[in-house]
Amino acid sequence: MPQEDRVNDFVIKLANVNGTGSASANSLLMKAIFRMGVPVSGKNFFPSNIQGLPTWYEIRVSEAGHLARSGRVDVMVAMNAQTYVQDLHDVSPGGTLIYDSTWPRDKLLSRPDIQILGVPLARMCNERFKSARTRILMKNMAYVGALVALLDLDRSVVEQLVQETFAKKASAVGANLEAIELGYRYARETFDCPLPTRVEPRNATAGKIMIDGNTATALGCVYAGATVGAWYPITPSTSVMDAFKSFCERFRTDPQTGERRYCVIQAEDELAAIGIVLGATWNGARAFTPTSGPGLSLMSEFLGFAYFAELPAVVVDVQRVGPSTGMPTRTQQADILSAAYASHGDTKHVLLFPAHPRECFELAVAAFDLADRLQTPVILLSDLDLGMNDWMCDELEWDPAYRPDRGKVLDAAELEAAQAFHRYLDVDGDGIPYRTLPGVHPKGAYFVRGSGHNRYGTYTEDAREYQEVVDRLRRKWGTAAELVPQPVIRTHPKTDGWGIVAAGSSDPAVLEAVDRLADKGIYVDYCRIRAFPFGRQVERFLETHERVFVVEQNRDAQLKALLTLETDCPKERLEAVLHYGGLPVDAGLVVEAVERAREQGVAA
Amino acid sequence: MTSIAKPKIVHAGLRRNGLGLTIRDYEGGMSTLCAGCGHDSITAAIVQAFFELDVPPHRVAKMSGIGCSSKTPAYFLGASHGFNAVHGRMPSIATGACAANRELYLIGVSGDGDSLSIGLGQFAHAVRRNLDMLYVIENNGVYGLTKGQFSASADVGSKAKRGEENRQPPIDPVQMAMALGGTFVARGFSGDKEQLVPLIKAGLQHRGFALLDVLSPCVTFNDHEDSTKSYAYTRAYRRAVVHADFIPSRQPITAEYAEGEVLSVELHDGSRVLLRKVSKDYNPNNRGAAIDYIRARHRAGEIVTGLLYMAEGDPDLHGVNKTVATPLNELPFDMLCPGRDALAALQSRFR
Repeated sequence: MPQEDRVNDFVIKLANVNGTGSASANSLLMKAIFRMGVPVSGKNFFPSNIQGLPTWYEIRVSEAGHLARSGRVDVMVAMNAQTYVQDLHDVSPGGTLIYDSTWPRDKLLSRPDIQILGVPLARMCNERFKSARTRILMKNMAYVGALVALLDLDRSVVEQLVQETFAKKASAVGANLEAIELGYRYARETFDCPLPTRVEPRNATAGKIMIDGNTATALGCVYAGATVGAWYPITPSTSVMDAFKSFCERFRTDPQTGERRYCVIQAEDELAAIGIVLGATWNGARAFTPTSGPGLSLMSEFLGFAYFAELPAVVVDVQRVGPSTGMPTRTQQADILSAAYASHGDTKHVLLFPAHPRECFELAVAAFDLADRLQTPVILLSDLDLGMNDWMCDELEWDPAYRPDRGKVLDAAELEAAQAFHRYLDVDGDGIPYRTLPGVHPKGAYFVRGSGHNRYGTYTEDAREYQEVVDRLRRKWGTAAELVPQPVIRTHPKTDGWGIVAAGSSDPAVLEAVDRLADKGIYVDYCRIRAFPFGRQVERFLETHERVFVVEQNRDAQLKALLTLETDCPKERLEAVLHYGGLPVDAGLVVEAVERAREQGVAA
Repeated sequence: MTSIAKPKIVHAGLRRNGLGLTIRDYEGGMSTLCAGCGHDSITAAIVQAFFELDVPPHRVAKMSGIGCSSKTPAYFLGASHGFNAVHGRMPSIATGACAANRELYLIGVSGDGDSLSIGLGQFAHAVRRNLDMLYVIENNGVYGLTKGQFSASADVGSKAKRGEENRQPPIDPVQMAMALGGTFVARGFSGDKEQLVPLIKAGLQHRGFALLDVLSPCVTFNDHEDSTKSYAYTRAYRRAVVHADFIPSRQPITAEYAEGEVLSVELHDGSRVLLRKVSKDYNPNNRGAAIDYIRARHRAGEIVTGLLYMAEGDPDLHGVNKTVATPLNELPFDMLCPGRDALAALQSRFR
């Protein structure tokens, strides 16, 4: 069938076998398109397994700059025999499927509404390369070569990327370039190149970078001045600490002596990881721990302690699919409620919701400032999609004038001048007391305790004294609502009075949905929440919109529940739009939900 | 934890230490533990040790978990920073404290319930990391706050106050610490302050993890004739195999210690620990032999006390991590933040 012309607006999906080294080929492919100036996003769908199971990489090319999944597949590269049937089925009508024609697959690969192209990748590589491992690895580069021809990619850009990728292993450069040449030449000689689905150079990626959220978060921790990192490895947060260590090795290690201006401790479990963080912040270091849902569950006891004893802590929760162990390598936003209210008793925590890697960087810095200012744990709620996939975002920027907000910490001179120090007095009326650090001055000594204490820090079981403290903590919560990042609100000039609320990595899907709805004549406003407590602007958005769709990636509408509990918005005004299968959300879900409501509304 | 403020009465003739402080300056609140509790004797020994070491109280961080023992930091060094953590998790707080500020004196006080059940993992890893701290276990074989259940250190055959017999083998923190590579392992008895004070002083000055397991009878729930953690049993079956003398760096070593009988170990600050062997069969430098000896004596119903094993020079947490000498919490921000230009340069790899 004739193919639709899809210049700079299509999706390539690559079906691979886990452990065959396809990641660098796929990432190189995506980066080549990015360097040609065309916006692009990549999603890795991988199993919780070392090797052998199916894995997919999806690249969306979008001149319009849409970064969410689109829900379609225009070019499928089917390299995994186990998933041929599914992969064939997933190709959108008019699309193209590329497969390794070394072995006949005719019966499986029959579909009249798509174009099927066979490239003898294995045969070509077997003839050219000697070692078994090289042959497997180079098959991936060979399909990159074929795609260079079919998609009309700039070959010099691809070759430059190969040079950079294998800069530390010069011998690999030649082999990879050869493999690319194999695929390229075969495609040029065999097919009509390029396809109607192709890339044309643009200038839409200037000032942008491609980075994953975990790396950006780690950079934020470095730039905020965190010196103590404690953790227990858990997918998908592990790379936060890997990156932090790597940046610290580079920036905070004396090249002469090897001495380190940081201390990373791999704890025995998450209980210890958060304990180490609290011990460090009690002593005035900036400290953090990256984790995921199961780890957050284990940290709950200490998080409640830190809330009540008023100790700063930064926890980076890169959410994955729950409940329980769930699906460790799939994405969700299902820790919202457990993070907000982690631990027993009247406890609540400040949450930050980054929506893209640049915000991971910025909000990581903000998390440390807020934790110190408010003397309380701050949980940065990222997720697997944001944390582990490469996202296109604005370049990270740094203000050299930045100085950490260490909050109300009395130094030796202030303590010397003070008549007396009492830990939990609300001197300034903002609910935030003053604290001291061990070892600084004899007058600063006090007891940190999770048991009932009065405003002087002394143990108490007196009802009035206890309530005085917890009421002040509520006042502090009010201060927090003023200090946390405000939402990003996008209003449409022709608004219908309907709104969408979302947080975190749902953002690209909602942004695209808002545009697509506008194309259909439906005009909705959008409030992207960046923090909990919600603050006045969120309250106002809810007050001023008669119907609000809350888009989130979990089954139980946790963000909606939190909005219901923590704002005055009537429950009936909020409508949940939910996505929770473990893959990143796409715009279609949001568009359909609003359209459906519209039809029902009109009918009513 | 509860405590009652103690009136500070300083007699004019009270001895002052090198800082000009009296022993009263090292005391804390009044104890609310049972009269006769072994823990109070340990508290007194801690007070004396810090006083004699001339440690400024505000340079000490004292930590504990949950339980009777964990209340005791309220009763010593009232002018020190305290941290009463959650059950069994004091070691991780100590780890973070040590990571942030390597110059503080860290003392953790825990119990057999706190350290050997819920906190066994954190205890083990603190030993393994050779965390620079003194870790005191006030060991009475029983849960006092919840009224008399066996703890994990209760011996097989020992009976609870109500008559129930313990059939599970005990966990001995001393043997565990030795097996885990502990670099300072000692056992004392709350009723023997003369032995206890030098052990505390030596433990505080040791660079690395110093475990001091102190048998500390619970007068309310475990001080009866069927208990192996009672005053009577401990007095009868205790065998001090090594006596430790602690000599601060500023004092000369007198000639009364003859070479051969005494092993002199120099600590990082120039202080010395003199180990006098009381039992000829015991070797405090041989980890394997020491464990064998302790086990053999335990089978015979005896409790071996003293500084049971000591090794100087093994890297502590900071040694392993190669941390800079300046405490991390004192590093200026400019030494931590790579700055704008570095960020810009770094991003070339993200394009």
